[in-house]
Amino acid sequence: MPIISIRDLVVEYDGRRILDGLSLDIEHGETMVLLGGSGSGKSTLLRQILALERPKSGSVSVKGTDITRCSTAELKTIRRSIGVAFQSAALFNALSVEDNVALTLREHTKLAPSIIELVVWMKLAVVGLAEFGKLQPQELSGGMKKRAAVARALALEPEILVLDEPSAGLDPIVAAELDELILLLKEVFQMTVIVVTHELPSAFRIADRIAMLYNGRFTSIGTKDEIRASQNPRVRQFLDRIPEDMAKTPAIAAYFDKYLQTQEAYG
Amino acid sequence: MATALEGVGRRTISELEYVGSLNIQLWATLRAMKTALPFVGSRYRWQASVSQMLQIGVDALPMVSLMAICSGFILAMQGASELRRFGAIHYVIDLVAVGFTRELGPLLTAIAVSGRSGSSFAAEIGTMKVTEELDSLRVMALEPVEFLLAPKYLATLISVPCLSIISNVCGILAGGLFMFFSTRLAPLLYFRYVLDSIVLRDVITGLIKSLAFATIIAQVGCLEGFRVRGGPDSVGRSTTSAVVKSTFLVIVADAVFTAIFYFTVKS
Repeated sequence: MPIISIRDLVVEYDGRRILDGLSLDIEHGETMVLLGGSGSGKSTLLRQILALERPKSGSVSVKGTDITRCSTAELKTIRRSIGVAFQSAALFNALSVEDNVALTLREHTKLAPSIIELVVWMKLAVVGLAEFGKLQPQELSGGMKKRAAVARALALEPEILVLDEPSAGLDPIVAAELDELILLLKEVFQMTVIVVTHELPSAFRIADRIAMLYNGRFTSIGTKDEIRASQNPRVRQFLDRIPEDMAKTPAIAAYFDKYLQTQEAYG
Repeated sequence: MATALEGVGRRTISELEYVGSLNIQLWATLRAMKTALPFVGSRYRWQASVSQMLQIGVDALPMVSLMAICSGFILAMQGASELRRFGAIHYVIDLVAVGFTRELGPLLTAIAVSGRSGSSFAAEIGTMKVTEELDSLRVMALEPVEFLLAPKYLATLISVPCLSIISNVCGILAGGLFMFFSTRLAPLLYFRYVLDSIVLRDVITGLIKSLAFATIIAQVGCLEGFRVRGGPDSVGRSTTSAVVKSTFLVIVADAVFTAIFYFTVKS
């Protein structure tokens, strides 16, 4: 049975359809990359999987529970098995890095403070921040913040790890380090990992399967090789970095023509 | 004509919607309040409540007392300049004592707290919204209403009445100073007159009012924070509107409560 199963998901904001009947199964232990350009609806899909918003219709089941219709108590239980690192890291600025990681442990478990301290140290060591626990989030660099967010997401040893744009805004070396970290985590903890990204190298490095989003629909879902070999024009456009042909719209084309003519007239 | 009516209708609906969400939030907070209480609730919520009390109450102490002292002098001087003409200058004592315990103490405190803390609630929660920290709390199975609002509300409910009492004392002290310097009335005699002129009912109605003001300040401040949409500029707007709306509602509530107490008095 898939650990996450999305069925006919439709999301609308003010009558504008953002997600248009999406269906997707994510199997236990796989890394699923949700790939798509800006405005393709990938962040909206992520918010649905995390039950931060309610869909117009359709369902999202996590471990067999439909999170679009379940009670708050059930949702709380489900959420404890999901670790999330947001795009902006979203560390709590009022707390030190250690306390950020310790927060869920203190709130949701009855572990003794000394054990919590040890667990926090271990989680920070996994992401390579063991000696930075005492710092405040604003003292960390961008890449360190993201790694701290991953450590926080790992705190309760979740079955599902969700990463929103892990490499956005990072330099290639740090981004590659994060990719290796994700691979390592998956190997060590056997987690199901969902990564939302628009970065191709990172997507092809970490993914087991890739789901490509365009305008609120999946254009194709498949393994890395299937996606790479895909002949779907939208997939090719994304993979081969072909820009949308703006000049094809008549108004802009006419404007350019006119502009060129005036230039010739002066020249 | 139709558009004017439409405008009125739309405005009415949006105001009603605001009052509705304020009510929903208030009930949600009351349900979550037990987690913020000492001994029965979570230790961390109570710690957060105490640190909020320090910020809302203790830090506001100098400002609130100075405001009360100045207002006490103003009230005494304005009253004296009129009452002196009738040879009734000692009615200034009643004016200051009754005026402060019933009305000015709670009202001045509420205005000071709404400016200091109502705005900071809106700014704090609004910033957390913008930086995805609120989403991050929710996916960690920590409801913002329970985690942020309940401690703030509890702290406001305790701090505002305390500040009101201090404000009453300062205002009455200022009245005493004025009487001493203008008519050489002995301070001890002044306090005897004060105690004669106020009854327990005055103090209690004042404290009931200040509980209502505390509710308005905390709920409006936090709701404005939760309603932030978009970027940092929207945090600024909601901070302003937190102060404007809570000051406005405090004065409206004051009028309503004063009317209730006026018409229910048994003479």
